[in-house]
Amino acid sequence: MFQRKSKHVLPGFRITMGFTLVYLFLIVIFPLLGLGIKASAIGWARFYEIATSQRVIASLRLSFGASLIAATINVFFGLVVAWVLVRYRFSGKRIIDALVDIPFALPTAVAGIALTTLYSSKGWIGVWLSPLGIKVAYTPLGIIVALSFVSLPLVVRSIQPVLEEFDPEVEEAAALLGAHRGQRFMQVLLPELAPAILTGFALSMARAVGEYGSVVFISGNLPMHTEIAPLLIVTKLEQYDYVGATAIAAIMLLFSFSILLGINLSQHWRRRRLAPALP
Amino acid sequence: MSTATVTSFSNKALTARYGRAIQRDPRWLRAGLIGVALLYLAVLVLLPLVLVFTAALAKGITACWHAITDPAALDAVRLTLFISFASVSMNMVFGVAAAWAITKFQFRAKGLLITLIDLPFSVSPVVSGLIFVLLFGAQGWFGPWLQAHNVRIIFAWPAILLATTFVTFPFVARELIPLMHAQGSDEEQAAITLGASGWQTFRHVTFPNIRWGLIYALILCNARAMGEFGAVSVVSGHVRGQTETIPLHVEALYNEYSSAAAFSVASLLALFAFATLGMKVLTERHLSRNTGNRQFSTDQTFRSLE
Repeated sequence: MFQRKSKHVLPGFRITMGFTLVYLFLIVIFPLLGLGIKASAIGWARFYEIATSQRVIASLRLSFGASLIAATINVFFGLVVAWVLVRYRFSGKRIIDALVDIPFALPTAVAGIALTTLYSSKGWIGVWLSPLGIKVAYTPLGIIVALSFVSLPLVVRSIQPVLEEFDPEVEEAAALLGAHRGQRFMQVLLPELAPAILTGFALSMARAVGEYGSVVFISGNLPMHTEIAPLLIVTKLEQYDYVGATAIAAIMLLFSFSILLGINLSQHWRRRRLAPALP
Repeated sequence: MSTATVTSFSNKALTARYGRAIQRDPRWLRAGLIGVALLYLAVLVLLPLVLVFTAALAKGITACWHAITDPAALDAVRLTLFISFASVSMNMVFGVAAAWAITKFQFRAKGLLITLIDLPFSVSPVVSGLIFVLLFGAQGWFGPWLQAHNVRIIFAWPAILLATTFVTFPFVARELIPLMHAQGSDEEQAAITLGASGWQTFRHVTFPNIRWGLIYALILCNARAMGEFGAVSVVSGHVRGQTETIPLHVEALYNEYSSAAAFSVASLLALFAFATLGMKVLTERHLSRNTGNRQFSTDQTFRSLE
């Protein structure tokens, strides 16, 4: 399978490739295969029964719904942040740029307890919202806030490089042809940015659906109401319901792998579409 | 990204003037968008960060110091340092080996191999822990055998190490592969032709070229390893002083309603996050071809190689 097409001058193919494959198999492939085999051993009828139980459906719906909303919020604000960072010059820009990476660097548990304290009825933000009748902590709204936090950098960092490399000549040509600002953005820039926005959206979805640490504190973990799918896996494990946990995990894995496949296929398709234009 | 603006300016010197003029937004739009971006980042990112330190000092600096120097907290720090050091080292050896095999040689199914290496990034942390419970737990495949031989993996440090290694698996490889791919293998081939051994070639030719990329990857990998919560939480068993990492200790304190102590220990992790970002900015300056954010410009090259 892994044959060299031509003989190379450089040494070390066997040992590095051998180590790569063994390590990859031991740490990643074997454990994931284990889950796959355990899941297929459950049997279709039992699997269907677990997957369609009310509590599982409620948790999956919550996880996907909240991730979808968070990803959408981040596409909008992420575009604004990327735009501001690429197009404008202002003092403190470097700090703002570094701030975008905080959700990557800050452990999710720390983010979780900080957001919960912030949005609880006595917290800095919660105290302003509760007179308005808006409850964030321990409601689905809190889950959306936490997911927006963790997935923000994914969207910004997907859009930023594409916006940076965008050729000003194209915008200039559009302007010369009479397009005003709004038209240039909607009809020239946005189609060019669309694949990056879509990638950011998909990465954000994939991350948010599986997120646990930041959500588990703010969500309140009420079954049927604020119980996300990863938490339900943990709950089932704590009750020694390994079959149930495996089934939900298999559903989530299938989902995230199809997102991964989607991203790869769309980029493959885009490269093929662009290929003739390249010299 | 001021550096990037400067490069594109010099590259397209002719059109730059007109382009820059066309890209200049009116003052009201500019102010409005900067305002929206700053407000969003302030509320979503900055406030939680400020809160961590404020809440840590809520009961005074001595209480904060006591929470951090508590024996259980120190045990958690020790375990976290050990786990992150071990998993980062293992993933570093793997990342360098994988990058060497993938970028210096031609073989079939290269794209598949790269996709497989990237796989752990798309697995939920909780599932990353669960897969090891299914293998080594009491009801897992190897559970009975391990019990018979009195070997503890789940609810002990080996499982924490495995889960952390799984979660941080792709970091080094996905940073080095695009870097070494871009550099080609001409220099290495010259060294080999001149009589250098394989190891000498790596040590004196390849390593100096990838040094900053490697450091960058190790910083990111280490940050994730130290902060991992979901995967570790599933396999650890939460035994205070034994299988509690720093994030798990923070959770335990928070759930015991000792909020100030929880935030004190959390502030350690937040300080560490600052250090990570600082080092990240520093290494980014050393990496040439610095177009925008390193991680995601290489992220795109990485996926384009698949």
